[in-house]
Amino acid sequence: MGDISYGPLILSIKVAAIATIIVFFTGTFLARAFARKQFPGKTIIEAFFLLPLVLPPTVVGFGLLILFGKDQFLGKWLYDYAHLQIVFSWLGAVIASTVVAFPLMYQSASAAFKQVDGKLEAAAHTLGASKWRVFRTIALPLAWPGLLAGLVLTFARALGEFGATLMIAGYIPGRTDTIPMAIYFAVEVGDMNTATFWVIIIVALGFSTILWLSWWSNRNLRRFTVKRKGGTNRDA
Amino acid sequence: MLDAHLVKNLPDFKIDVNIKSAKGEVIVLFGSSGSGKTTCLDMIAGLVHPDSGHIRMGENTYFSSNQKPFPAEKRNVGYVMQDYALFPHMTADRNVQYGMKSVGKSEKSLALLDQFGIRHLRNAYPHEMSGGEKQRTAIARALAAEPNLLLLDEPLSALDDKARHDALTVITDIQRDLDIPIIMVTHNWTEAEKVATSIYKIEKGRLI
Repeated sequence: MGDISYGPLILSIKVAAIATIIVFFTGTFLARAFARKQFPGKTIIEAFFLLPLVLPPTVVGFGLLILFGKDQFLGKWLYDYAHLQIVFSWLGAVIASTVVAFPLMYQSASAAFKQVDGKLEAAAHTLGASKWRVFRTIALPLAWPGLLAGLVLTFARALGEFGATLMIAGYIPGRTDTIPMAIYFAVEVGDMNTATFWVIIIVALGFSTILWLSWWSNRNLRRFTVKRKGGTNRDA
Repeated sequence: MLDAHLVKNLPDFKIDVNIKSAKGEVIVLFGSSGSGKTTCLDMIAGLVHPDSGHIRMGENTYFSSNQKPFPAEKRNVGYVMQDYALFPHMTADRNVQYGMKSVGKSEKSLALLDQFGIRHLRNAYPHEMSGGEKQRTAIARALAAEPNLLLLDEPLSALDDKARHDALTVITDIQRDLDIPIIMVTHNWTEAEKVATSIYKIEKGRLI
């Protein structure tokens, strides 16, 4: 065990963190924009957003390969003009994690924004608040528990992403070997000790993330939902 | 001061009412549930727009068929909704400060909370308040924005007899102290008679 490289841990956290940030902002923005609007084609667009949830990750990976392959339009354009190689690079892993995790954030954020009472936002408008201020001070704090759940699910899903990542980023030790990859290829060569080590690490990461979410929710949400024992916040 | 002709097609009937109100007047829209009273208030507040007609407040035109509606956030209309719509994640103090524009918010908020007898609730969240306390906080919040017009949607419906009596006193005090028109919606005739300078009976979107 002494010769285990911690590269997969660092790469997994880097990939998951970047994918989570991208997914959090795009998912939140789109969910907010779609939450109370009805327009033709909305159902089709939402179905497209949620598609990675029901497709096998290998299919998602195949699609990404078609989009970002070095000889494909988008991949060629990125390589020629931005000198970015997506296939067989850690950027490919970020894109795979982003696409696969996006539906979880979108669904959580969408449900969270739909639960915010529209009357509260209307009341804020009548008090002179702009759309941005209403979003920042009313919708966002009230939807925050749902957004946070989406954030945690996104991070966990991105951390565990395997199929699509294998298709687009491959397994290149030191470059694209995330923890799930390291587990799979350790088992393939019969190195059960290394596989067990990475399994313990990823279970611990997932478990501590969920524990933190529960702790945070209890600490912050009880304040304005549960009456205090032995009294309230009234002055004597 | 307020001159509104509100025309809007609803699924079951058409609203077509004229409301005029001067400073210091309390206009009561009286009618049964589902007669279009709240929609009238929503149109004046800018939360929904009429299909045609006009809404003028002093020199400002909030709505006219041939121009873009004035947005709700720029109308300076205080609106106390039926269930008060207090922000559940904010204390009474922060609710009241929400619509204030200038500096010295803290002192002004405390003065308003004092005026409505709820200073002791400044750090309380809405779920920790009674119906009457929520109603006072909601009125204080609406007045904190120094509105040109105050809309009250069934402000007494969730209150018990004692709180109802106190709340009527609060409304008559506002009428006496502030020189702004008040439009109140109710389906209780006794309440309407107690506070109104004029009563508009409304049924299925028409004044009768």
